[in-house]
Amino acid sequence: MTELTRLTIAEARDALASKKASATELTNAYLSNMEKARPLNAYVVETPEQARDMAKASDARLAKGEAGALEGIPLGIKDLFATKGVHTQACSHVLDGFKPPYESTVTANLYRDGAVMLGKLNMDEFAMGSSNETSYYGNVINPWRRKGSNAALVPGGSSGGSAAAVAAELCAGATATDTGGSIRQPAAFTGTVGIKPTYGRCSRWGVIAFASSLDQAGPIARDVRDAAILLKSMASVDAKDTTSVDIPVPDYEKALTGDIRGLRVGIPKEYRPDGISAEISRLWDQGAEWLKKRGAEVVEVSLPHTKYALPAYYIVAPAEASSNLARYDGVRYGLRVDGDDITSLYENSRAEGFGREVKRRIMIGTYVLSAGYYDAYYVKAQKIRTLIKRDFDEAWKKVDVILTPATPSPAFAPGEITDPVQMYLNDIFTVTVNMAGLPGIAVPAGLSADGLPLGLQLIGKPFDEETLFRVAHVMEQDAGFTARADKWW
Amino acid sequence: MSVDQNTVRRIARLARIRVGEEELPRLESELNAILQWIEMLGEVNTDNVEPLTSVVAMKMKMRDDVVTDGAIPGLVTANAPKSDDNFFMVPKVVE
Repeated sequence: MTELTRLTIAEARDALASKKASATELTNAYLSNMEKARPLNAYVVETPEQARDMAKASDARLAKGEAGALEGIPLGIKDLFATKGVHTQACSHVLDGFKPPYESTVTANLYRDGAVMLGKLNMDEFAMGSSNETSYYGNVINPWRRKGSNAALVPGGSSGGSAAAVAAELCAGATATDTGGSIRQPAAFTGTVGIKPTYGRCSRWGVIAFASSLDQAGPIARDVRDAAILLKSMASVDAKDTTSVDIPVPDYEKALTGDIRGLRVGIPKEYRPDGISAEISRLWDQGAEWLKKRGAEVVEVSLPHTKYALPAYYIVAPAEASSNLARYDGVRYGLRVDGDDITSLYENSRAEGFGREVKRRIMIGTYVLSAGYYDAYYVKAQKIRTLIKRDFDEAWKKVDVILTPATPSPAFAPGEITDPVQMYLNDIFTVTVNMAGLPGIAVPAGLSADGLPLGLQLIGKPFDEETLFRVAHVMEQDAGFTARADKWW
Repeated sequence: MSVDQNTVRRIARLARIRVGEEELPRLESELNAILQWIEMLGEVNTDNVEPLTSVVAMKMKMRDDVVTDGAIPGLVTANAPKSDDNFFMVPKVVE
């Protein structure tokens, strides 16, 4: 039975179609893995009954020859997605007990195609973090450990539960979200594939808001093909999200042709800052070499405002968060801590309900939006965003895709980074993509000297996810990344 | 720019987050570390640059001005920690 959880989504799809396995068997295999893997703390809620019901319905549809694109495929859902009648708290204390009476568009799309939900995945509180250490439900532990060491490592964040669950075979694939790197950084830390699509590709309806002009949903999967299959189902135009874009969703799997001849690949010189690890630098060169050998043309490009993206992000994202999180007032849902009057009810509920990092960001956001500072901070940051986008627009005149490292380092230990600004620097290579609304994919490309996964990132033109998948697929083949975490749990 | 403890107190009040006196020094230094790092943006000349308002060039969508949902007060208040007869309960606001 455990063999079943080894299958990729594409392989499981074939096994179900050819009746080599049933959806119920597949779901049960994952449920049993989840039970054994509780030390990883990847799930905050398991929904075995619902999963078995959904698998049974899938088996019925399979028998009738009415299978959807994801029929019977067991998925983990990040706790940021509203799931009808099921725990949805963005891993925050402030949303205690919240069970939405509605379903997010992304998860509804997945169910429409036959997917099975296994449970809700752990994450940094309100998706604010790069190590999954800010969750009210405790740290997620990375299935990967350094060679010869038993020390725990972080899975990255904020989609740390999603990445750890995919890497440890606790689901066939997972939903995730990315505001500054929250899909790509944990994917890189766990040897999985994660794509943040173009802003507007997936509906944000029912995704608990962090920073609305940056948030995008996307999948984390075992390989590039699985990520393509998942994104096809997740993406849609949606009347409930006016920023979702009315462009047909292509069949991304068809883009995996293996042919990248003549493609122009940009290498941005600003992505090699002083102090970048020699390992990461070497892997990046190696990636460019792989693509060149496949007939792509590698060109140096310049994105001069790269180093300003992260500080500008830490104005824009907290500003939007301070506004979005104003709704947690102790009145309409979640935690209520009473006070003498309405203001102290608000203040008490929010003081107890939000964790340290969330409070810090709400306060930064409140400050930069406050009277007298709005122009100096917020407007300035939005102007810098224009310059960052312009850098990319210039680059697209010369290249079709851009290759960069995904993270400045492999996974680190819990508690190793305590300075907020140091933690923010984890997103140095990913955040520009959100600021410009572009698609980006992280692909596992090699191992560090101490045996940890390292990822490379490909950045694409708006709504050109197909090229990203095509190039990522080629890079995946050449990297031949087959290493898996040893099962110590 | 930097914040002092009075400013931290004021921001916390604006953000409706109770902050104890003992937390002020830590918050002051954390917020200042972040603000100091952000100062780097001052190096960038943004004269004649328009602030970005939308990452994807698209026209604001319009829809018909009709009711698409509603008449579900029970569901709206279902998650409220305190409710009565489909009303949210709050401490007395008007004397």
